Amino acid sequence: MAYYQNIFTQVQVRPVEPERGIPVAVDARVGKAFNSYLFGLIGNSQVGPIYGGYLGALSLACGLIAFEIIGLNMWASVNWDPVQFVRQLPWLALGPPLPKYGLKVLPPLNEGGWWLIAGFFLTASILLWWVRLYRRARALGLGTHVPWAFASAIWLYLVLGFIRPLLMGSWSEAVPFGIFPHLDWTAAFSLRYGNLFYNPFHMLSIAFLYGSTLLFAMHGGTILACSRYGAEREIDQIVDRGTATERAALFWRWTMGFNATMESVHRWAWWFAVLTTLTGGIGILLTGTVVDNWYLWAVKHGVAPAYPDVFGPIIDPLKAPGGTP
Amino acid sequence: MRTVLGIIAGVAALLLTVAQFGTAGWTKPPILANQHGFRGTGMDQVKTKAEAAAIRDANVAPAPAEKVEPGTDKAGTTYENVQVLKDISTEEFNRLMVSITEWVSPQQGCTYCHNTENMADDSLYQKKVARRMLQMVQHINADWKEKHVGEAGVTCYTCHRGNPVPAQVWFDAPSPTRGFIARNNGQNMATPSTGLASLPYTYLEDYLAKPDPDQSAIRVNATTALPEGKGKPIQQAERTFALMIHMSESLGVNCTYCHNTRAVAEWSQSTPQRTLAWHGIRMVRDLNGAYITPLTATFPPNRLGPKGDAPKINCATCHNGQNKPLGGAHVIEAYPELARNTAAASAPQEKPAPAPTPAPTPAPAPAPQ
Repeated sequence: MAYYQNIFTQVQVRPVEPERGIPVAVDARVGKAFNSYLFGLIGNSQVGPIYGGYLGALSLACGLIAFEIIGLNMWASVNWDPVQFVRQLPWLALGPPLPKYGLKVLPPLNEGGWWLIAGFFLTASILLWWVRLYRRARALGLGTHVPWAFASAIWLYLVLGFIRPLLMGSWSEAVPFGIFPHLDWTAAFSLRYGNLFYNPFHMLSIAFLYGSTLLFAMHGGTILACSRYGAEREIDQIVDRGTATERAALFWRWTMGFNATMESVHRWAWWFAVLTTLTGGIGILLTGTVVDNWYLWAVKHGVAPAYPDVFGPIIDPLKAPGGTP
Repeated sequence: MRTVLGIIAGVAALLLTVAQFGTAGWTKPPILANQHGFRGTGMDQVKTKAEAAAIRDANVAPAPAEKVEPGTDKAGTTYENVQVLKDISTEEFNRLMVSITEWVSPQQGCTYCHNTENMADDSLYQKKVARRMLQMVQHINADWKEKHVGEAGVTCYTCHRGNPVPAQVWFDAPSPTRGFIARNNGQNMATPSTGLASLPYTYLEDYLAKPDPDQSAIRVNATTALPEGKGKPIQQAERTFALMIHMSESLGVNCTYCHNTRAVAEWSQSTPQRTLAWHGIRMVRDLNGAYITPLTATFPPNRLGPKGDAPKINCATCHNGQNKPLGGAHVIEAYPELARNTAAASAPQEKPAPAPTPAPTPAPAPAPQ
């Protein structure tokens, strides 16, 4: 009976006729619904039909164009060698224009022009997908919590690739498309701007990110643990508390003296997730534009502690008398 | 269906587990951690015992040749065409020649550089290169002693390790593509010298090939908290990052050997090793610019890189994975003739050499005060 004590979802509901859900005014669903055991392990076993619509089609097309531009540029950078393309894929990149081009709208294609075009299509794809999410939520009579949470992630994406480069006056400040290259860029970004860990908005973003995982684990764990008492009806139980809610609440009041409610725990989680990228975006936006060296900023404001010299004074050779060769 | 899936998943998990053991990058404990800064700052040097022992064993300085009784005859009078070492005794000269053979060409022997019919003959390019390298070794030991090499000094063996061409040399990187050229800004290739990062691979040409008039080229951090004027682009930070990873890999140390990484640019929080390394960068630039690159035309084409450049020095050439080359052994003590610039060092060397030597100009003294 303890079906909740399993890694995978144990109950797979398979309707005789595929569920169509509630009737909506504009219904452009494509594909034929089918049931999948594998999908049933992680979610609903019914797959499709999916809502198409012109926004979705446009978004997919733009995303595909961006994907192709990035991939073909990566392939070209290993001289169209298929073996090297596979071998070096994690290292390959489509980089932004060089600093000398500033904010030029279309520098030579192989010197950043392709990056701008790919960035345009990727951004268009993401924004179209956002509008699609919003309109589908509205069409079903839902609140717009999900689109606004997605908007928070888009904010960070736009700051990194568009808004901050605009403010810095150079596309070269943006992130390259590439697996390792964007990670190396991140490390170099922190090194260039005097250690991002001293950026208070970076601190907030990390706190919300880690907080999100904590809340997710607490909430998921609580609901699974109380599911034998009907905790899966958690939204009903916001106002109509059953024994599951009573037990869950008591569990947390026992162990930490305070409990979230069936309503508030979802707000906690939503805000932590949204604030992760919101504060992160602010932190990136301030870097280089408002603060040039976060370590020195932290010293100035008493954030970074001073440590004793263990090696005696070390002097910059460029400033030491006779130091320059 | 379920059984099949279960078996497939199990087999996949097993294969992945086996594959993991076959991949590189595993570190077997126990780990040796040495504190190298104020407590709590994480300035530790981390190694495994086995790794530390392996590196130590791979970097043992050879025993110096037995001392000889210097006679009265000078090498310059005993032999013809001795230019750099003419003022040392014939016995010491012969001892050094034997040592050089062991250091540089133990398999090939004397004939690697000399025409045995006429030892004074300069027809082999190896001999012309070796002469310039002798001057370079003297220059390092004499002029870079205080700034970088200290009492340990260097001999030919520090770099050569029994190879005619040191194992750790570098060439200018070739342009990666032709046809439709996707710019990669000289990066985004798996490069061993940057720890297999996608960082720029052309950084050695920028930073180590020649004396750099801009002493601050490597510095990318702002020196003020708030922006005051245009700062350096992130691409510049990536180049500096690449050079630093090269130094870390070459010396077998972490970033924290020189830096307190909470503020990598701050000298006041760095270790004394950072000052040594700073001078080391200048030393490598000096050596490549004044000694190696001028030999480009002396080398035969098969010794040159894809862009026709001479095999150059970087940190790994001497250090070879150790913070002190050859474990810090004082290799120069037994060879005092290599510890000073001997008279002929700046004499014009062309006169007996009709070969197309490209006028290796006397070293523009880096004048470390």
